[in-house]
Amino acid sequence: MKLARELLFPLIAIAAAFVIGGIVVAIIGDDPIYTYRLLIGSALSWPDGIGYTLFYATPLIFTGLAVAVAFRCGLLNIGAEGQLTIAAFATAWAGIEFGRLPWWLLIPLACGIAVLAGAAWGAIPGVLKARFGSHEVINTIMMNFIAAGIASALTQSYFKEQGDPILETRAIAGAGHIPRLGRFIPGLPSRLPLNFAFLLALAACALVYVFLWRTKWGYEIRATGSNPSAAEYGGISVKKEIVLAMAVSGGLAGFVAVNEVLGYRYRYYQDFSANYGFTGIAVALLGRNHPLGVLLAALFFGALTRGGLFVDIFTEHVSKDLVFVLQALIILFVAAEALFRRRMGKRVS
Amino acid sequence: MKDIFTFGILFSTVRFATPLLLAALGGLFSERSGVINIALEGLMLAGAFASAAVTHYAGSPWIGLAAGIAAGLLGALIHAVACISFDADQVVTGTAINILMLGVPTLLSGALFETTGSTPPIPRTNLIPNAPVFIAFALVPIVWYLLYRTPFGLRLRAAGENPEAADTAGVSVIRIRYAGVLLSGALAAIGGAYLSIGQSSLFTRNMTAGRGFIALAALIFGKWRPFQTMLACLLFGFAEAASIQMQGVIPHVRVEYIQILPYILTMVVLAGFIGASRAPRALGQPYSKE
Repeated sequence: MKLARELLFPLIAIAAAFVIGGIVVAIIGDDPIYTYRLLIGSALSWPDGIGYTLFYATPLIFTGLAVAVAFRCGLLNIGAEGQLTIAAFATAWAGIEFGRLPWWLLIPLACGIAVLAGAAWGAIPGVLKARFGSHEVINTIMMNFIAAGIASALTQSYFKEQGDPILETRAIAGAGHIPRLGRFIPGLPSRLPLNFAFLLALAACALVYVFLWRTKWGYEIRATGSNPSAAEYGGISVKKEIVLAMAVSGGLAGFVAVNEVLGYRYRYYQDFSANYGFTGIAVALLGRNHPLGVLLAALFFGALTRGGLFVDIFTEHVSKDLVFVLQALIILFVAAEALFRRRMGKRVS
Repeated sequence: MKDIFTFGILFSTVRFATPLLLAALGGLFSERSGVINIALEGLMLAGAFASAAVTHYAGSPWIGLAAGIAAGLLGALIHAVACISFDADQVVTGTAINILMLGVPTLLSGALFETTGSTPPIPRTNLIPNAPVFIAFALVPIVWYLLYRTPFGLRLRAAGENPEAADTAGVSVIRIRYAGVLLSGALAAIGGAYLSIGQSSLFTRNMTAGRGFIALAALIFGKWRPFQTMLACLLFGFAEAASIQMQGVIPHVRVEYIQILPYILTMVVLAGFIGASRAPRALGQPYSKE
C-alpha cells in the first residue's frame, strides 16, 4: 500500500510531462504518437536498446544517489557535476601515471582515486557550510566552474597528446580498462559500452540503503536532515554530519569516472558529462531520495536518453532536446506535487 | 603588466559585466522578495533565443528584445507558479527551469531553422550593440531608489524579511513575490538578449555558459544590494576580460587559472565576510496564509 502510494505520484508526474511534451511535439510539427513509439521502442529493443539504456543509466544512478544522500541530510548538492569532473580527471591521471601496474592493482587504485577525489571535492563545500555557514548551493556551483577550469588547464598543460585538437588526456593503460558486460552476457555484443560499472552502480544502491538505514552514521545523517535542532539536542554533531554527507555524496558522484574513464572512453575528455550532475537532481527527486527509487528513475532517464537519440534521427523536426523538456517537466510536477500531498494529508487527518 | 591594463580592458570589462548585471539586478528583485532564483541561467537563455529568433523574422532588434522579455516573463511565471502558488522547493524548480531552457530553445531552433540548436546569423545593422549596457548601468540607481525609497521597495523587502509581518500590515506577500520573480525574468532576459543580438549576432546552444550562475554569485557577493552587486559584476567582468587579454602575456599561467579566480574569491568572501545571516531572512521559505 505504501509502495503503491510512493509510486503513484511519480507516475502521475511522468504521465503529465509526456502529455505536455506531446503537445510540444505536435506544435513543432511531428506526430506525438509516432515520436513516443520511437522513443520507447528504441530504448527497449534487445540488445542495443536495453544495452544503451543501462549504459546511460549508470552515471545517473551514481549522481542520483549522490544527490539523494545529501538531500537526506537536508543539503542540496548541485555540485555533482564538478565532483565527477575532478574524479574523472584524477582517474585518468592514475590510469596514465600508474599504467605499469598489473590490472588487479591498477583498477582498484583508479577506482579508489575516483571516489577519494569526488569525496574531497564534495567535502569542501560541506566544511565551508559547517564552519562558516556559507550556502552549499552557491559553493557547489562555484566549484563546478573551478573543477572544469582546473581539469582543462591540467589536461592542456601536461596530459594532452601532442597536436590533438580535442581537449582530452592521453589514453590510460590497457590494464586499467574494466570489462564490458557483453563478454559475459550471451547475445549482448561487446561493441556496446555497457560495462562493469553498471554492476558497481547496482551495488552502490544496496550499499547506500544499508548505510542510510542500517548504520549509526546513516541514522545521524537522516536525523540531521529531518530536524537539525532536535538532532543537535540529541547529541549529534550537525556540523560533522554535514561534512560527512557531502563527502559521501561527492564520493558517489566520483564513481561516474569509473564508468566513463575506465569503462568507456579510457581517458578524461572535456565535456564528457552530459549534464549528469544536474540530471542527478531530477533522478533523486523522482526517486524520492530512496536508493530503489533512484535506480528506477535512473533507468527511466537512461531510456529517455537512448530514445532521444532515435527521435533526433528519425523524426522530421523534433530533436533529442525533447528529453530535456520531459525531464524538466517531470521535476516541476514532482516538486509541486508536495502541495497536493499535504492537502490530501490534511483531509485525511 | 602594461599590456593588460589598457583602455581596451576597461571597455571589455563593462561589456562583459553587462549581462551579469542585468541578470543579477533581476535576481535582486526576486531574492529580496524571498524567492531564490537559481533559474537566472535558464531565463537568460530564453531571452537570448527569443530575441534572436524574432529579430531574424521581424528585422528589428527592438521587437526582438520585446519578444525576449516576453520569453523571460513566461519562464519566470513558471518558476513563480511552482514555488509561490504550489510551495515547490525554489532551488529545485529553478533547476527545472534551467533544464527546460536547455531544451526548449534548441528544440524550437531545430524546428524553425533546421539547425542543430542555433539561429541564423542576423545582419550587423539589426543588432542592438550598446543599448543594454546603458540600460544595465542606469538601472543600478533606479533599482536602489525603488528598493529603499518607494512603498513597493518596502513591501518587497518586507516580503523577503518577514512575510508574516508584511501580511499583517496588509501587504499581499504572494502578489509582491510574483512581481519580484517576474521582474527577474524580464531583466535576465534582457541580459540574454544582449548576448545574442548585442555581443554576437545569433543564438547558439547554451550560449550563456554559466553566466546566470555567475550573476547569482555576484548578487550574493554584493550582499543583495544594487551598488555592491554592480561592483561584483564588474569584478567578474574584469576577470573575464583579463583572462582573454592575458592569453600568452604571462608565461606559464594558463588562462583557466585566471578564469577561476572570481569563483574562488566568491567562496572566500562568502566564508569570510558575509556569513549565513545576510540573506533576506525568509529567502527560500514558501509563504502561505494560515
